[in-house]
Amino acid sequence: MTQELRTPVPKTPTWRGLRDVGADSPARPVYLSLLALTVFAWILFLTDGGQFFSQVNTVGILQRSAALGIVAVGQTLVILAGSLDLSVAFLISLVSLVAAETMADYGVLPAIGAVLAVSALVGLVNGLVITRLKVHAFIATLGISLIIKGVLDHRYDGPAGSVPESFQRLGYDRIGPVPVSALLWAAIAFAAWFLLRRTPLGYRIYAVGGDPEVARLSGVRTDRVVVAAHVLCALCAGMAGLLLAARLGAGAPTVGSDGGYDLESIAAVVLGGTALAGGRGGVAGTVGGVLLLAVLDSVFNQLEINSFAKDVVRGLVLVAALAIYARRRLAR
Amino acid sequence: MGLVLRMTGIGKSFPGARVLSGVDLEVAAGEVHALIGENGAGKSTLMKILAGVHTPDEGTIEIDGRALAFGHPLDAQRAGVSIIYQELTLLPERTVAENVFLGREPVRRGLVDRETMERTTAELLASLGEDSFGPRDLVRRLSVAQQQVVEIVKALSVDARIVVMDEPTAALAEHEVELLYRLVRRLRERGIAVLYISHRLREIFDLADRVTVLKDGVKVATEPIDRITTADLVRLMVGRELTDYYPPRAQRPPGDVLLSVRGGGNDRLDGIDLELRAGEIVGLAGLQGAGRTELVKALFGAEPFTRGEMTPRRPRSVRDGIAAGIGLVTEDRKSEGLALHQSVRDNALLVARAGKGRAGGAVLDLLQRVRLAPPRPEQEVRHLSGGNQQKVVLAKWLTVAPRVLLFDEPTRGVDVGAKAVIHELVRELADGGMAVLMVSSELPELIGMSDRILVLRDGRIAGHLPAGATEEAVMELAAGS
Repeated sequence: MTQELRTPVPKTPTWRGLRDVGADSPARPVYLSLLALTVFAWILFLTDGGQFFSQVNTVGILQRSAALGIVAVGQTLVILAGSLDLSVAFLISLVSLVAAETMADYGVLPAIGAVLAVSALVGLVNGLVITRLKVHAFIATLGISLIIKGVLDHRYDGPAGSVPESFQRLGYDRIGPVPVSALLWAAIAFAAWFLLRRTPLGYRIYAVGGDPEVARLSGVRTDRVVVAAHVLCALCAGMAGLLLAARLGAGAPTVGSDGGYDLESIAAVVLGGTALAGGRGGVAGTVGGVLLLAVLDSVFNQLEINSFAKDVVRGLVLVAALAIYARRRLAR
Repeated sequence: MGLVLRMTGIGKSFPGARVLSGVDLEVAAGEVHALIGENGAGKSTLMKILAGVHTPDEGTIEIDGRALAFGHPLDAQRAGVSIIYQELTLLPERTVAENVFLGREPVRRGLVDRETMERTTAELLASLGEDSFGPRDLVRRLSVAQQQVVEIVKALSVDARIVVMDEPTAALAEHEVELLYRLVRRLRERGIAVLYISHRLREIFDLADRVTVLKDGVKVATEPIDRITTADLVRLMVGRELTDYYPPRAQRPPGDVLLSVRGGGNDRLDGIDLELRAGEIVGLAGLQGAGRTELVKALFGAEPFTRGEMTPRRPRSVRDGIAAGIGLVTEDRKSEGLALHQSVRDNALLVARAGKGRAGGAVLDLLQRVRLAPPRPEQEVRHLSGGNQQKVVLAKWLTVAPRVLLFDEPTRGVDVGAKAVIHELVRELADGGMAVLMVSSELPELIGMSDRILVLRDGRIAGHLPAGATEEAVMELAAGS
């Protein structure tokens, strides 16, 4: 029994800088699909007499996806932490109204402050209900969502408040060919990526989502991590609300729910390869997921497919993508 | 010898049960202190109190002479207590370095300092002589033994004063145990106090300086290891002499062939020829990764053979296997054998209900037959000790009266007393006409139980050995030297 034996394991190459799109990355399939779909779209537009890479089209894609993109970045954080947030849609509606009404009375900066404060508060409540009251995230955020909806339905019949011209530029201005809204999205995505890759909080989000008990036994204060993730997610939703208010020129009680930001943001996150159970994935994949949905939309528009068929195809894409991920996981 | 840890008068109750009362424990620097006792004796609870997972109802903990109260595992960690749990506490999707520094990543200017993390991890790995993997490898790509090394590196990286190891060898193959011994001795040389929990008495005699025995939540003895014998320890633990560790072998010659394979293979196995006969227990030996689990899963239909002949018909699925009268007691009862949050009754009837509406007979009779004590069918399985859980798994199979029963590590994480009961049950089943194939990493158990032994190496059968073969003979075949 004194023999020294060791089972050799193959050394696997590590993809340091390129970890986000490396062979081992969960984000890889979504970018490959995005590439394939883009080529398909390009050819389709050509045969249709259009130009996929025309400025009008690409700017349109970026502009339409910015709000969803920002929400989905936040959603990525909570999903990675093993939670999820269904309250983002109604939170967006709420903050669009907070923004528009505060701007009308007090100006832009106080409005932004108010929006961030309201969002952070909602995120905090979500996080505390989940961690302190031990309510499952699905039900907790659904409950908060209904509460916000009730308040909105009670107080508003339609659009309210008004956004000054200066702030509306956030919705439509461009710097060169790039919309300001897309820059905002990129900045938020980069910040979240940085948070996850380089800060202790980011590491702990992965740990808690990967296995809360392991994290706890390793000395992580798991509750704080979940609460922090929810606050950040709500802040992202708040910023998406600001963007939508800028675009509408007013606040609207249905802007969030009409956009379906709750389920679409979750769809984008999982399309990007993040595990719904948490602990695996990242922001890069989510950005890919949002772009994939946007390019798909642009193809639908070009083909003039009706909206019902659109939904059917989107549903198929989502289910197919997750089936493919499941197979990949099994194959390991 | 400086005293590092002093626990005095520790008591703890859970709803409905008093788990510990008045337990004293002292561990010195540079001492390996073994903690033993049957499952349910309170070892895990005592350890979790030391880890800050549970708070004691009474008693005090002193580390280096300072009284401490832990409210969160983080507090214990800061006080220099590091625990290596029985179930590995690693995140498969993160790298080795990320796991080692989980929860206490080095920070420079607010950012995680990857360089330091990876460098320190690499240094610690090197200091343990581990070069088969590096700090950037994903943990899910490592073997169980390698993951254990990661756990130890994790413990070392906090500059722990006290390292607690809970059944560290439970998941290791024999040859990997030797590596662990070396690591433990290295900890001792560094003046670290090691609290070593194990069911395997041999390890305790190999490693420990002193041993403390717990029984029913009370400390019954603390003795220097050279003043105590195995028989003493067993008597202290179970309160009875276990003179005959293994039940007698088959008295009659084996009966009909109930299962045979000719040239069986799949992507992990090749050229498997074997026969299992009624009334005999066949031991299956091999190193970690040799394909033992793969072989029993192939016979059962969970990871089927893709080629070769088999009687009864080669199962293509688990349902085929069960229909052909084959049962498998899996290696990991918690994730593969039981629905932990369901009752004993529901678990015992799992297989019966999956079949064609056959009733499983009276559950209570069955539970008595597997000697579940107490036989309470409504209890949730997760509250049972490891030994009792294993009995429920066995009951689950007895409902469908299989002709061939495959056991994969049937006594892993099971205490000495329950082990003996499981051994007796396995023998009884064989005597009753069942064919049994049993995998065990514990060679004494494998040799003690088996009527003959098959040895696997690299997915092939390396050889056959008769009853009573020596450990050396088995290892020689397994390692192919």
